[in-house]
Amino acid sequence: MMLRLEPRPEPSRLAVWLSPLVALLATLAIGAAIFAWLGFDPKNALAVFFIKPINSWYGVSELLLKAAPLMLIANGLALGFRANVWNIGAEGQLILGALGATGIALAFDGVEARWLLPLMLICGTVCGIAWAAIPAFLRTRFRANEILTSLMLVYVAGYLLSFLIHGPWRDPEGYNFPQSILFSASALLPTVGAEGRLNISIFFALGVALLCWLFVKKSWLGFQMRVAGLAPTAALYAGIPANRSVWLGLLAGGGCAGLAGACEVTGPLGQLTASVSPGYGFAAIIVAFVGRLHPIGIVFASLLLSLLYLGGEAAQIQLGLPSAITGLFQGALLFLLLGADVFIRYRLRFVFSRLASSDVTPSPEPAPPTLPASHH
Amino acid sequence: MNRAEALFACRCANSERWRTVLRDNAQYGMSPMGMDATHSLFILPRRSEAIMFTDNEKQTVIPPTHATPRYNIKFLPPFSPAFYFAVPAPSSDSKRLVPRLSLSGISKRYPSVVANDNIHLDVMPGEIHAVLGENGAGKSTLMKIIYGAVAPDTGEIRWEGQPVTIAHPAHARALGIGMVFQHFSLFETLTVAENIVLGSAQRWRSDVLRQRITELSQRYGLPLDPDRHIHSMSVGERQRVEIIRCLLQSPRLLIMDEPTSVLTPQAVEKLFETLRLLAAEGCSILYISHKLDEIRALCQRATVLRSGRVSGACVPADESNLSLARMMTGSDLPHPKLHPVMRGEPQLVIDRLNYVPDDPFGTTLTDLSLDVHAGEIVGIAGVSGNGQSELVALLSGEKQLPVAQQHAIQLCDAAAGALDTQARRNLGLAYIPEERLGRGAVPEMTLTENALLTAHRQKLVRGGLIRFAAARRYAQETMTRFGVKAAGTHALASNLSGGNLQKFIIGREVRQNPRVLLAVQPTWGVDVGASAQIRQELIDLRTQGVAVLVLSEELDELFEICDRLAVIAQGRLSPLMNTRETTPETIGLMMAGSFIAAA
Repeated sequence: MMLRLEPRPEPSRLAVWLSPLVALLATLAIGAAIFAWLGFDPKNALAVFFIKPINSWYGVSELLLKAAPLMLIANGLALGFRANVWNIGAEGQLILGALGATGIALAFDGVEARWLLPLMLICGTVCGIAWAAIPAFLRTRFRANEILTSLMLVYVAGYLLSFLIHGPWRDPEGYNFPQSILFSASALLPTVGAEGRLNISIFFALGVALLCWLFVKKSWLGFQMRVAGLAPTAALYAGIPANRSVWLGLLAGGGCAGLAGACEVTGPLGQLTASVSPGYGFAAIIVAFVGRLHPIGIVFASLLLSLLYLGGEAAQIQLGLPSAITGLFQGALLFLLLGADVFIRYRLRFVFSRLASSDVTPSPEPAPPTLPASHH
Repeated sequence: MNRAEALFACRCANSERWRTVLRDNAQYGMSPMGMDATHSLFILPRRSEAIMFTDNEKQTVIPPTHATPRYNIKFLPPFSPAFYFAVPAPSSDSKRLVPRLSLSGISKRYPSVVANDNIHLDVMPGEIHAVLGENGAGKSTLMKIIYGAVAPDTGEIRWEGQPVTIAHPAHARALGIGMVFQHFSLFETLTVAENIVLGSAQRWRSDVLRQRITELSQRYGLPLDPDRHIHSMSVGERQRVEIIRCLLQSPRLLIMDEPTSVLTPQAVEKLFETLRLLAAEGCSILYISHKLDEIRALCQRATVLRSGRVSGACVPADESNLSLARMMTGSDLPHPKLHPVMRGEPQLVIDRLNYVPDDPFGTTLTDLSLDVHAGEIVGIAGVSGNGQSELVALLSGEKQLPVAQQHAIQLCDAAAGALDTQARRNLGLAYIPEERLGRGAVPEMTLTENALLTAHRQKLVRGGLIRFAAARRYAQETMTRFGVKAAGTHALASNLSGGNLQKFIIGREVRQNPRVLLAVQPTWGVDVGASAQIRQELIDLRTQGVAVLVLSEELDELFEICDRLAVIAQGRLSPLMNTRETTPETIGLMMAGSFIAAA
């Protein structure tokens, strides 16, 4: 008996939606196994990880707070991914967004005005777009691979943040900590709910998801980007400019990431710090794929990944596990999802001795030469 | 020259004497050995040895235990009645033979369509057997079943009398089934030998393989240098590589899928000689084609498929093209007529076009000139790889000329050489590309979405938003008017058969009222019924005053529909000729480049 992967005649619809669930369950199983191996009661540990963080309004508000940037960035990235534009540098674009918003806040420190917050958000978005424009330019002008350039710009952005936060933008009264001054009240996002830190960025994220859904489903531009991603030659035939997809895909991702960065500094942080993002830019790539690059799927996937962040923190505090546990769960989830995705196009077959019985027919003799033809 | 002329001898049991069989059958009285002339089957007494000579040099001794179909020798008990009476009458004898391949009751259904319904098919040893049928008639599914790529739902496959389940193509190859696909799978940057090693399941020593390739290519008249790179070879030569690749496995059944669609008439003749030689040696050939002339010239028997069923079996030589076509389609084909039409102003002018491609394996275009007038069809004949793809890319706008040379291409009186695809379409150009899936249509998208691809300017997009209802209507009307068979406007392009997708693409382009239509291989791989319809559409456009430029490798088609013809070879274009004043033979020679030396 042997196992064999057979291509399906048609991709399975059921598997498309089942695969994330299967991946999630398998991730939980692996998590339970690891907890057991580390000497914890798996049931209890999983409860600490996945249930305790959200059994209160505070927990739910934290969940939404962390889901907002993921949702925002993943939707932006998905636009590009669908057109085969691989923006891996959302983390850097997020940092630039945070820098842009902070720059405005510092420039107008002490000014209490209604326009300050919108200006900060816009500036952050524009900075994110500008940072994403670099790989777009390099790709369209020099055919430089945007995966590499956008990823490398993440580290450049990191150093830029580091320079500003240790140098010109450091709070002079901050005991030499690498952080900016605290923003004034009018530079902060209004919170939602009586307690907790949840702010209106969750509505930005949901709004962007809705816009993306419209863009993908209804707009001519979105259609063209889909064609460019599915069949580049057909795009060429239809006269869809290939460069436009690259620009649009990268700038959309950059803009969303920039906005997410601006929301971080104007929201939960209230200042610029050295660790402005716990890796949202990279986690959003997982979110985009777990959500099947679909705006609604991404909404749910961002909640899931956000829960992993919360669970990781809870595991650190209550179980004394290292923070790497979050990354471990994220990695396992993406890995298992990609594995489960194989079954959308393939199915597993158990093959019993079917081959052996049918292999009888080839002639037993060693292959002799075929009969020579005569030459007269 | 076939095997009948080979010297053949056998040594009977208990006798030391070798007897010449063919030279003098009579001396043995009751004719202890016989030969079936049609199927080259030798019938010998059991426990005898056979030997085969050629030119008294090479000898192959066949011991009785090796009574294999490879040698087409069947050993019978010496005194069985069959032995004595069956021999001299080849026609009755062939019924007694075990078919090399026998399909009975093969059915295969897909969710929306029955691809094969109760198919029966026998292929005898050494027979060239045609499988005829319209696109979507189930030919490809049947071939995939035989080649082990698809499993049938019901039915039995017997290989040399034994029931088999062909699990996968490697298994089919192990049985001795080879297949030459319509689309080659060769790596351009590798040599012939390297390509064959890559595709082969067995390990080859380089020198042994090269020697085998040379041997086979000499024996079957397929000249081929094992060390040549694929990119430097013509399509006909590439096909030889694929054939040799199959022959290395010593196949006993060779499936040829539309093998002549890319060949010049001269190359077709060469191929036929090879196939006849192979068949004479006992290899059965399943020949899939829609070219009725070829089938009548080459094949001994034909099985005709229509909508998944066998609609007839015949001896093609006894049939006319018309009767074969009728069997295939179930109705008489409309024969396109070229009524004289008033020729209008030139709509597409190519004026001394020169172009050096970026691609190092591309063809440089040298000094091309051509004009296509309103109300005429101009054809460009040529074997692919002679500059067609470069010319088409420049005409469609997928590649653009520098502004300084923009006058080399004029579209409806405007210099169009530097314009992009959209601008040229706005001038009135429509373009039917050679690759239907991937260029003319996005495989993973529905017909509605594929209609949008180029027909969006038919008010299907407003304010940046797609009007899906209008797009669906456009797709639906296109399907109705052009007889596209599909599950509906929501069907994916990849689920349509080649002919139906081509009809859809042509419909989509034609319904945008173009002034110039560029069609590349419009009926390539499309069945007879759809081909006739497509040609008629092109002729109707001509009548409506559209300037039509057709690039095709099928001379029959060009001669049928074109007012004027030119030939492209090695990136150069011959002067235009009136179709009525030239012949396929002349064009065939020009396709090989004869006009270049003359110029």
